[in-house]
Amino acid sequence: MPPLLEVDRVSKSFGGVAANVDISFDVRAGEILGLIGPNGAGKTSLFNSISGEVTPDSGEVRLAGQRISGLPPEQCSLLGIARTFQVVRSFDSMTVLENVMVGAYARLSRTRPAMARALETLAFTGLSARADSPAHSLTPAEKRRLEVARALATEPRLLLLDEMLTGLTPVEAASGVQLIRDVRARGITVMMVEHVMEVLLPLVDRVVVLDLGRVLTIGAPTEVVRNPDVIRAYLGDRYAAA
Amino acid sequence: METSITRRRRHELIIGAALLLALALLPLPISDVYTRNLIIITVLFAGLAQAWNILGGYCGQISLSHALYFGVGAYVSTLLLTRLGIPPTIGMFAGGALGGLMALLVGWPCFRLSGHYYAIATVVVGEIGYLLALNWDWIGGATGINIPYVRSVGDSWLWLQFRINKLPYHYAALAFAAVAWLVAWLIEGSRWGFVWRAVKDDPVAARSLAVRIFPSKMAAAAISGALTGIGGAIYAQYVGYIDPDSVLYGQLSILIPLPAVLGGVGTLWGPLVGAAVLIPLSELTRSYLGGSGSGVDLMIYGGLIILVALARPQGLASLIGVRVRAPRGLDSGADDAAAA
Repeated sequence: MPPLLEVDRVSKSFGGVAANVDISFDVRAGEILGLIGPNGAGKTSLFNSISGEVTPDSGEVRLAGQRISGLPPEQCSLLGIARTFQVVRSFDSMTVLENVMVGAYARLSRTRPAMARALETLAFTGLSARADSPAHSLTPAEKRRLEVARALATEPRLLLLDEMLTGLTPVEAASGVQLIRDVRARGITVMMVEHVMEVLLPLVDRVVVLDLGRVLTIGAPTEVVRNPDVIRAYLGDRYAAA
Repeated sequence: METSITRRRRHELIIGAALLLALALLPLPISDVYTRNLIIITVLFAGLAQAWNILGGYCGQISLSHALYFGVGAYVSTLLLTRLGIPPTIGMFAGGALGGLMALLVGWPCFRLSGHYYAIATVVVGEIGYLLALNWDWIGGATGINIPYVRSVGDSWLWLQFRINKLPYHYAALAFAAVAWLVAWLIEGSRWGFVWRAVKDDPVAARSLAVRIFPSKMAAAAISGALTGIGGAIYAQYVGYIDPDSVLYGQLSILIPLPAVLGGVGTLWGPLVGAAVLIPLSELTRSYLGGSGSGVDLMIYGGLIILVALARPQGLASLIGVRVRAPRGLDSGADDAAAA
């Protein structure tokens, strides 16, 4: 059986700037995979290649053995890839429940089941009390949660989280971590971009480190943080020897 | 399953039914022809604005070519009557079908543009339609078409002609507005309504949730255009004469969305409230201040519109407790570019 997601020699340039160069790694079903790297390492670009927003210049992305690179986002969503956005993109003319219903309609065409699915997803993500609030009235932490709820309502196999825990208070981040664990416990594979190392490292099974568009290293969190190349990429040459 | 949404929708249906009854009784104590005419035009525009609202409000595509769909409906039903002797009650559905088809033809190229570019493109398309009709002799050209009174049948619902008593036109307009409202209500509670609002709010996020942008816009355009075409056919029968300057002129493409915009775009009650305020207002300013040739009536009318837009950007309907949506909907912005 192939891995859930295969990123196979993916390269992508934007106007001569190489965002991703020859990137390869697998995501195993049921794991939480962290994607880290300094600013500009190409993390969000890679997310966009996986979720269909952009097409890689070369290489391909496969979901359960099926090639998905080149497919538009709406098809990637139907095949089981859901994502959140680094800059929150809530539907601000709608309530929280209505936002999540849009996600639920991805697989359910009738309103009654879609509403039931959305309510269930809101309960799972701890947003039930806010169901009837306008989306624009949510706190930043709640908006991140709403994006997760909306994505989960599409019944994904793989959930891509783009800096879901960044900019939250320690308490909010801790409850976000718990939510991600709960998502995995439901059998959904998680791949997450995150800057907050002390939150990310205890959470993930493996880490892919990107630097300047390339894969620097892949491994368990404890190995990765001791890797001299990673330290150099994050802190500069001076610290690598220490 | 009782949720806030199902409860709200039931209330809307009850209010809608009560309003329909009230509007059905409204003209009965009024014998004055001028006032009755004003009510008919107001109700008709409530329906037309609601039809526009389906594409412009819920789906967020600011169409400025609705005069075209209105005109197509008016011309198709009229030509079927004068050339083939087909009753307008049948002809208006043909007009609606062609209005919807025309909206699809316009949408096919124009929905590849986003935001302001889409709006500008629709203005141009509307003008093309006007000029074509103006120079097309087979459909009457600039002279227009007189709609004959079929003497052999007399006043008749089937032929939608009433000379002795004009009251039935009120019920025709009211039925049209009620259908437009009901379609909007059904859409609000269906997958389409949710998907269209997602397309309006954030196309990038919508796509990530399996929403197909282009087909969504086309579906909204077809329904909106079809309803507008039916409205055009009813209007043609009511006024008894059509020409490009009465059913296809560019300003009509502003007059149709105006009640929805001022009443509240993307809301169920906005177009109704907007029409109830705007149409009588424009009539009253014209009858009291117009006619002098100085245009004072239009200045006052325009001034009042600006005042409403400044004081209530989310629409007049918000004054009477209609749920206010974030005042963000009018422009879905450059994000569309990637989606088109």
